[in-house]
Amino acid sequence: MKTTNNYFLNDLSVMVGRSMRHTFRSLDTIITVTIMPLALMLIFVYVLGGAIQSGSDNYVNYLLPGVLIIAIANGIGYVSYRLFMDKQRGIFERFHSMPIARSAALWGHVLTSLVSNMISLVVIILVALIMGFRSDASIVSWLAVFGILIFFTLALTWIAVIPGLSAKSVDGAAVIAYPIHLLPLISSAFVPTETMPGPVRAFAENQPVTSIVETVRSLLSNQPVGNEIWIALAWCIGIMLVAYFFAMGVYRKRM
Amino acid sequence: MLQNDIAISVEGLKKSYKSVAVLKGVDFEVKTGSIFALLGSNGAGKTTIVKILSTLLKQDSGNALVNGFDIVLNSDSVRQSISLTGQFAAVDEILTGKENLIMIAKLRHLSKPVEIAENLLIRFGISDAADRRVSAYSGGMRRRLDIAMSLVGDPQIVFLDEPTTGLDPEVRIEFWKVIKELSSNGTTVFLTTQYLDEAEHLADRIAILHEGRIVVSGTFLGLKKLFPKSKVEYIEKQPTLEEIFLAIINKKGED
Repeated sequence: MKTTNNYFLNDLSVMVGRSMRHTFRSLDTIITVTIMPLALMLIFVYVLGGAIQSGSDNYVNYLLPGVLIIAIANGIGYVSYRLFMDKQRGIFERFHSMPIARSAALWGHVLTSLVSNMISLVVIILVALIMGFRSDASIVSWLAVFGILIFFTLALTWIAVIPGLSAKSVDGAAVIAYPIHLLPLISSAFVPTETMPGPVRAFAENQPVTSIVETVRSLLSNQPVGNEIWIALAWCIGIMLVAYFFAMGVYRKRM
Repeated sequence: MLQNDIAISVEGLKKSYKSVAVLKGVDFEVKTGSIFALLGSNGAGKTTIVKILSTLLKQDSGNALVNGFDIVLNSDSVRQSISLTGQFAAVDEILTGKENLIMIAKLRHLSKPVEIAENLLIRFGISDAADRRVSAYSGGMRRRLDIAMSLVGDPQIVFLDEPTTGLDPEVRIEFWKVIKELSSNGTTVFLTTQYLDEAEHLADRIAILHEGRIVVSGTFLGLKKLFPKSKVEYIEKQPTLEEIFLAIINKKGED
């Protein structure tokens, strides 16, 4: 008899297939993770853009990294929501009483979050190109951009797993999304931090989103990234590891 | 080959939640191919036993073999042998009925998942709704799909935890037929229920769980003998509400 570990990839692909269907069949998800960030980008560029002094002549170029971050932050509430529903409806029990690789049920949600976020990022970048976004970044820089965004997505996703598995109600499961939504607004995503009052500026300059946004912006505009890229990576990987171990602890205990 | 005659054997099973002892030493055996009904009031610990035997929960002490495999040491092999139908229909609402069945067939690593799904849809009378999302199914249809999902891959032992709670009488009787069919094909059925008539109709053996122990077990006839000899009285037989309901429904169906 084969052990269930041999089936991990098969089981994982079934799980990802399942939750990708959930994502594509939910108009709500598509609006939140793609349409809303796009609307935000349109409003910032065509409504507020004229009045914002970003210090760059192409505001779409300045704005795009922040919009990408917002798109990722918007999407992670769904990870919590879907995990909670699976737990509550007994779907996890069904899977766990079957001869499958147990962790596939959880990894399916995590990978779906990653894949669906990457799809929405590509869509947003394509729209930004139409709106005048231009970049002469090299392939290596683009790969670095996606690398950082992948780590950022995984970090937020593993954070979202924790309330998804431990919440008592569906509202409780989704509440994690709100503070995360605010982080890009208190960063250099939309305006330079120099104009912010002291304490806000101190927070904005030292929170993870700013270093990620600055790194992505530098990479896309072919500027030297300096130390910022290491700070950004350290944030993403650090948060990801802590959240991962915490989430797996909850998973083992509750499931 | 004595081992193969016994599908489930449980010895001294104990389980406490915090300081509350739910199971205080449970012993019983279930013969291969039989229907075994575990009776008990709400909160008696029936679900706890099902969860332990289906490897979802670990006992504090005691042993259990399912299909000859130790539930703790050999949980993978146990999961190969069983399926679990929980108290609430664990179906994926966003997928269609057919997709649900295909998903389970793939997770059981069977060849021809589509064919298996189609056969089960026909067998359970839901092929008309095969391509509709489950969120549009009625309660009875959901339950039928739920059971169909449990029978994917023909598991040798089927656990049904209060399978008919919340079903209308018609579906309930239809469901009884399915159970009897399963058992006559050699599948072992372990069923928990609060309905005494259900146990009486279906079960080869009945065990009553009370205050953490099996207080009596045996065949229905055997249990009847525990009571003082019956007096013979003549009464007019009144139709039960169930009989009236079914008579009306069936007449409607024939029109």
